[in-house]
Amino acid sequence: MLAHYGYKDGSGEYFIVVDTDKCDGCGRCVSACPWGVFEIGEDENDPFRETAVAKVSESHRKKIKYSCAPCKPGSGKKPLPCLESCAPGAIGHSW
Amino acid sequence: MSTEYWRWPESRWTSPEIDGKAGRMITAGLDVGSVSSQAVVMIDGALFCYSSLRTGSNSPESAQRAMEYALTGTGLILTDIHYVVGTGYGRVNIPFAQRALTEIACHARGANFMYGPTVRTILDMGGQDCKAIRCDAKGKVTNFLMNDKCAAGTGRGMEVFADLLSVPIEDMGRLSFEVDTEPPPVSSTCVVFAKSEAVGLLRKGWPKERVLAAYSSAMAHRVVELLERIQVEQDFAITGGIAKNEGVVKRIEAELKIKALEPKYDAQIAGALGGALFAKALVEKERGLR
Amino acid sequence: MNVAGVDCGAKSAKVLILGDEKVLARVAVLSGFDPKAAAAQALDEALKQAGLSRGDLSHVTATGTGKNEVVFATSEITEVGADARAVIVLFPAARTVIDIGAEEGRAIRISPEGKVIDFAINEKCAAGAGTFTETMARTLEVAVEDMGPLSLKSQNAVPMNAQCAVFAESEVVSLIHAKHSKEDIARAVHDAMADRIASMARKIGIDKSIVLVGGMAKNVGFVNSLQRNLKEEILIPENPEYSCALGAALTAAERAKGA
Repeated sequence: MLAHYGYKDGSGEYFIVVDTDKCDGCGRCVSACPWGVFEIGEDENDPFRETAVAKVSESHRKKIKYSCAPCKPGSGKKPLPCLESCAPGAIGHSW
Repeated sequence: MSTEYWRWPESRWTSPEIDGKAGRMITAGLDVGSVSSQAVVMIDGALFCYSSLRTGSNSPESAQRAMEYALTGTGLILTDIHYVVGTGYGRVNIPFAQRALTEIACHARGANFMYGPTVRTILDMGGQDCKAIRCDAKGKVTNFLMNDKCAAGTGRGMEVFADLLSVPIEDMGRLSFEVDTEPPPVSSTCVVFAKSEAVGLLRKGWPKERVLAAYSSAMAHRVVELLERIQVEQDFAITGGIAKNEGVVKRIEAELKIKALEPKYDAQIAGALGGALFAKALVEKERGLR
Repeated sequence: MNVAGVDCGAKSAKVLILGDEKVLARVAVLSGFDPKAAAAQALDEALKQAGLSRGDLSHVTATGTGKNEVVFATSEITEVGADARAVIVLFPAARTVIDIGAEEGRAIRISPEGKVIDFAINEKCAAGAGTFTETMARTLEVAVEDMGPLSLKSQNAVPMNAQCAVFAESEVVSLIHAKHSKEDIARAVHDAMADRIASMARKIGIDKSIVLVGGMAKNVGFVNSLQRNLKEEILIPENPEYSCALGAALTAAERAKGA
């Protein structure tokens, strides 16, 4: 399942995509993110999934552009800590 | 006293064919949204009754009202129901629900029942959110996105315009087509800025139908952009309150060049219906029938 | 030599006239539905204040979202450029500029020479700029200019979940029904705004000194919230809403000399 967390508003489109088929619930993204964007828990969209899954925490979903802003400078790209920490490559950023 | 243009009619329905008293497995789904609440009761896998009403300021109380309204005249009471699944914004606050599941999972399941196993893409435009869901033939979610941050593309956005133009919300769709030519869409996605833009257009002499067409067009386009992110695969279905707004629905279909499936029941009950179906699956799992 | 800077903003058109590097006049006129007329009116009133006529101006530089509507402009400059140009003159130690107007918010990092190193813009979303506070003021039935002082009286932080002006309006109504005081709600509104603006500033990297300009800088409640969030002192010039027009005027002066 491709879980898109985020939104599109007048200023742009901002989604963090978690591929739950690839995610093994290891939790490294949780500690890698300096702003506490991720959490590990029950897959609330698949009531029959047994293993835990990574998701964007509720408090960040509506302001993901702001939550991730410090890791995304206006000019030049920095390697994102969440992407670097995910071995199965389950995390993606749409912007 | 000003007319509340944003108030849409509340409803309920009971199946004329099913005898509630003879049911073996009775389950229910409660979808408590920020704007509307629905209750659906299923008996032995068939749709028995449902209700749809406006959510009040108190979620648990709205859930109770929706449930009671659905059961009115059926001869059943709350304690006759074997398992209740809650969904929607107020799902964790439903005192009589045994489990809370997301609207994403419930909408996919509900749409699979309402539209059939060919449905693969669902667009749900709720009161304060907009969801795009891809599912498989069994109604299991394979891809989704939900926007509940921005009012554009949600029922609230539409209500702002209903109020601005003094048009009852149930007439907005029809009126948006009473134009000679389709105007260009309003340029702002943001509802606040779109409203200022609309005020400017009205001052320029645009009739309200033309402004409505421009806004419906902008809203449809924005929603299509969200759908394209998860890639639309046919069959395509639209659920939620805005499914009843033909002004937005037809413009979405035109832009996608795909026609949405016609619902057999009130499209607004998809979430609660999915909840009732999950409730059945969970009871069967408990009883070792799965 | 006399020059003018015209900042044709979403809410108001601001004109600043410089005469031999001294400010001779400052005028703001609400844009309403005719920014072109507002800009012209602001210019005429400013000329009157300065005791000049249009012919006395060597150069006019326009900026702001409606810069194209300033038909009498000699040249244009971006808002980011104008902000940087003005702030380095007002505060030579400035390295981070935050400009929050009615419909757009900007964060800019500048070099000691006032050159733009990096910038971020919050646009097209009412929650990212002054319109947010205005909308909430209406819902609270408080005058916009009273929002700041009102929120400073708050003793409690009340969380605000909505990140959209339309949803925040509904949330404020619920907070009122839940018997939260207007002071606390006003503070919540400013805290929410400050949260977004601070994140935007962190995006471009915060370097001291931090300067806040634009209409929102006059809102003491917002300034307080932003200072608490950034945990740094924030410098604010006099007449902060004219900073962009000042930058445009300074640019006009440079270009007039160069010509």
